[in-house]
Amino acid sequence: MSRPEDTLPPDLFYNDTESRKYTTSSRIQKIQSSMTHRALSLLSLRSPSLILDVGCGSGLSGEILSQTADEGTPGGPHIWIGFDISSSMLGVALEKEVEGDLFLADAGQGVPFRPGTFDAAISISAIQWLCNAESSEESPAGRLSRFFGGLYASLRRGGRAVCQFYPKNDEQKKMVSQAAVKAGFGAGLLEDDMGTKNAKVYLVLTVGGGDLDGDITGVVRGMDGVDVMDARRKAARKRGEEQKGSKQWILRKKDQMEKKGRVVKASSKYTGRKRRVQF
Amino acid sequence: MKLLTLNFLTCAIKSCKSTPASFPLHPRDAELEIVEADLNILFLKNILPRLMWDELRVIGSELGLPELPSTPPTREDLVEPSTTAIAAPTSDGTRDAGEEEEEEIPTQTAKDLHRVLLETCIKEGKLVCGNCGHEYKVLEGVANFLLPGHLV
Repeated sequence: MSRPEDTLPPDLFYNDTESRKYTTSSRIQKIQSSMTHRALSLLSLRSPSLILDVGCGSGLSGEILSQTADEGTPGGPHIWIGFDISSSMLGVALEKEVEGDLFLADAGQGVPFRPGTFDAAISISAIQWLCNAESSEESPAGRLSRFFGGLYASLRRGGRAVCQFYPKNDEQKKMVSQAAVKAGFGAGLLEDDMGTKNAKVYLVLTVGGGDLDGDITGVVRGMDGVDVMDARRKAARKRGEEQKGSKQWILRKKDQMEKKGRVVKASSKYTGRKRRVQF
Repeated sequence: MKLLTLNFLTCAIKSCKSTPASFPLHPRDAELEIVEADLNILFLKNILPRLMWDELRVIGSELGLPELPSTPPTREDLVEPSTTAIAAPTSDGTRDAGEEEEEEIPTQTAKDLHRVLLETCIKEGKLVCGNCGHEYKVLEGVANFLLPGHLV
C-alpha cells in the first residue's frame, strides 16, 4: 500500500471524506485505541494531568485520555489540549464534542505554549508527516527541530512524551530520533511486533531526570526480554592514559586498521618496543 | 477554548518568543460560553502551582468576568478541612472508616476556580499578541495558529 505521506500534504490529504473514513473505520479505531493505551502505559501517569496531543485528528486518542481510571485510563481523567493541521479532522472532532481544547496548527511550526506547561505529551501516527516539506523555504530537518524544540520547552521537568509514528525506512527513524536528542530529550525507540507487517514504533522521550543506567527513558526497567542498545559515546578517555606512539596506541591502531580490512603485520613481543640506546 | 488553555498559550511567532509581552494573548471581541464539566479536584491541585495568577486576572477583567481575588488560592483552600484527620485511628475499625471518607469535598473556592478555568470557554473571537499584534482567529472554540511561511 502506498504511504499517504508520499501523495499529499496532511491538510489536503485529510479532507472531509478522508477524515470521515478515518474516524468511522472500526479497524482504524481499534488500532488507534490500542496504540493510545500502549502509549499511556509508557507515560505511566498517576494523577490527572495536562496532556498535549500532537496531531489529535478527530480526537480518537483524546477520547481515551478523558476517560476515568475505572474505564481503563491510568491516572485519568486527564485534561488534554490537541492540535492538528487538518481542519476537516478538527471538524469531525467538534461534531463528536470531544472534551479537549482544539487548535488548528502545524507541529512543524513549533509548539506555542509557555515553558513547563504540560505533564506529558502524546502523539499517535502523526510525526511521520513532519518528514515531508511542502515548500522550498522549509526542510524536514527544520520542521522536526522546531517541533521537538518547542515540545521540549513546553514539557515540565520530569515530563514524558510518547510519539507513535510510521517511519518510511530506517533513515527516517534515525532522522526523527536524532532531532529529538538534539532538542535535549532523552530518547528511546520501542518497537512492538518488530519485523512484522504491523510493527509499531514508539519514540519515548524524557525531560530531565538522572541516574538511569543505560535505559535513558526508564520505561523498560524491569521488563523481560528487552535489550537496551545504547549507542551513545562512552565517557571520554582520560588524558594521558594512552600516549601517542606507546605500545598500547600502536596495538589499538593496528587493530583498527585490521578491522578496516587493511593488511597488518602480526604483532609480536617486538611490537612497539624501543630500540636500545646506541652510545 | 478554555481559559485554562489561554493561561498557557503564547504567541507562535519566533521573534515574540523572547519577549515577555507575548504572554498572555489578549482576547478581543470574544463570545463566551459555559460548557459544563465534572469537577476534578486532583487535577486542580496538580495545575494550581503552574497557573500564572496575575495574567489570569488580567484576562478575566478583559473578558468582563467578576474580579478574581488578588492572591491565588493554595492547595489547602481547595478541599474542606476533614474532621477525620483530627480523630487519630485507634483501632482497625476506625481506620477503615477514615479511609472510606478520604473522598475530598471541594470548597466553594475550588468550585469557582473550576468554573473559571475549565467551564468558561471562548467560542468566537480573536486572540491578540501583546508584542507583535498578530491576531489569531477563534472559530467554534478552535483557534487558528497556522502561520504564513515568513513568520515561522
